[in-house]
Amino acid sequence: MFSNYIFYFLSALALYSSVMVLLSKKPIHSVLYLTLTFFAIGGHYILLNAQFLAIVHIIVYAGAIMVLFLFTVMLLNLNKEERSPKPIWVKAAAILAGIMLGLVLIGVFRGYDLRLIQHPMESQIGLVKELGKILYRDYMLPFEVSSILFLTAMVGAVLLGKKEQI
Amino acid sequence: MLIFKTILASAILLLSLVVAMYSTLIERKIAGFFQDRLGPNRAGPWGLLQPLADGIKLFFKEEFMPNTADKFLYILGPSLTMLIACLTSAVIPWGPDIVINGQVFSLQMADVNIGILYIFAIVSIGVYGIMIGGWASNNKYALLGAVRASSQMISYELAMSLSIITIVMMSGSLSMRDIVNQQQGFNWNIWYQPLGFIIFLICAFAETNRSPFDLPECETELVGGYHTEYSSMKLGFYLFSEYINMFISGAVMATLFLGGYHFPFIDKLGLSPNAFAFVSFLVLFAKITFFGFIFMWVRWTLPRFRYDQLMRLGWKALIPLAILNVLITGVVILLNQ
Amino acid sequence: MERTFIPSDYIPIVVQSVVALGFVVITMVLTHFIGGKRKKIHTLRKEENFECGIEVRGNARFPFSVKYFLIAILFVLFDVEIIFFYPWAINFKDFGWNGFLEMLLFLFFLLFGFYYIYKKGALNWEE
Repeated sequence: MFSNYIFYFLSALALYSSVMVLLSKKPIHSVLYLTLTFFAIGGHYILLNAQFLAIVHIIVYAGAIMVLFLFTVMLLNLNKEERSPKPIWVKAAAILAGIMLGLVLIGVFRGYDLRLIQHPMESQIGLVKELGKILYRDYMLPFEVSSILFLTAMVGAVLLGKKEQI
Repeated sequence: MLIFKTILASAILLLSLVVAMYSTLIERKIAGFFQDRLGPNRAGPWGLLQPLADGIKLFFKEEFMPNTADKFLYILGPSLTMLIACLTSAVIPWGPDIVINGQVFSLQMADVNIGILYIFAIVSIGVYGIMIGGWASNNKYALLGAVRASSQMISYELAMSLSIITIVMMSGSLSMRDIVNQQQGFNWNIWYQPLGFIIFLICAFAETNRSPFDLPECETELVGGYHTEYSSMKLGFYLFSEYINMFISGAVMATLFLGGYHFPFIDKLGLSPNAFAFVSFLVLFAKITFFGFIFMWVRWTLPRFRYDQLMRLGWKALIPLAILNVLITGVVILLNQ
Repeated sequence: MERTFIPSDYIPIVVQSVVALGFVVITMVLTHFIGGKRKKIHTLRKEENFECGIEVRGNARFPFSVKYFLIAILFVLFDVEIIFFYPWAINFKDFGWNGFLEMLLFLFFLLFGFYYIYKKGALNWEE
């Protein structure tokens, strides 16, 4: 089927660019590869007909968070490639943590019955109208609580950014 | 269907390129008119060949790249800007359906469920081209221009997306086609949303980096802004994409607020579907031209903002106003229900 | 009136991307080959960065004002909050007053945060 090829292409793109995030020498290239990864994942959402999620993924991750990353890399401007070699135990700990995360993910996904989703491409549940109905009727409380989370984040950002004497 | 879409995409691209080319000439003519001089008049009658001459000149210029620049990103910057400028037009309905050999074709590239948000996604990605280009040239002016441009664009993006929410509240849809079809005749959104329209218009000026918001490239303090180090067609891409963005933002404003291709009485003329589509397209084009003129009129009339004034306008005036607009619209809609 | 939307709605966007990408790549390659070229004389002077005719001092990539950074963080937060408005706005007429009051509460927290950053002077550029 045609959509299968798109799926494999997007998956390959996502995997390649996320590996390149780790391998590229310059931080700014890493940021751009990460943006590419987000686009590939956005494509996956469209394949699942989660259109609103796809576009929000691109607006928020590629358009906002990655711009913030880009700002950080540009404003910090690490001129010399100060890549001080990390001690061996840090590397070992990182590998161990990665393997453990992988095990947890495998454990989680083994529990799912993947055949549950039938005809994902025709399902209209991921469109913005349905999503709004569910979000604002069934999940109203988490939504309101999230606004407090935003408030906290704003206060934190201002406190860190302004650096005033207390 | 795929062939038709390819032809349509090429036609839209060609149209935006030609319009962008001639906008440069019209802009210089208008500047001449405002400043009581003639404007370009040597190349061809009324200077009509001037844009071609400029284009050819840009093609044959020597390519220059500073030796400290990041080579790949230096080329990527302008290419990305141009690519993104060409992509926004995909969800704009250019006219009603046309009929060829009994088959119905839509004059809109893609009628997606999330039309308006698609435009916002593309606009929010537009920051990349400028930032990458400004950073890659490794020039102080370019970097300052790029950082200014991106802060300005992200700040005005907020007010822009807030001002559209009221349109969505009224129409109950994000699809551009639905929004246009609800504005039949003279039932345009601007009569219901004057404040939203003004906020959107101001933000459109800021997003396209047009004067009075052209601080990223203000030549009196930053030489050329983010494209200081660019030459040949790479510079051409940066300058050109500004005019394409102007054209497309005119189209978006016409679609969202001025009824798109609708105009009173043209559906009562009894035209055949194809002639009707053509007349409707001309109506839309006239509205876009009107916006293009406003863009140029403002540029040659108003002085440039200072940076603190620009940020104050974006954050302290437009965002609260847009939120107020949402509240007022909400109350009015609910009271009328 | 209920239309169904499927992923293949996006094929035209892919078509347009391909057309636009083709145009950009062809123009870039074309201008590279037909553009004027001088003999490669490696004069460092010419390839230096432009700095109004004076000697280039140091690197352009130096750390600067944290204000821009703060604006970017606040932008991310507001952007996410504004995205939340869209699924609400599209169902606005169905929700009625209930939905309006729900959103009023959300908006209250947003405006409270806005008032806080306003008072703290995070949006002031004058100092």
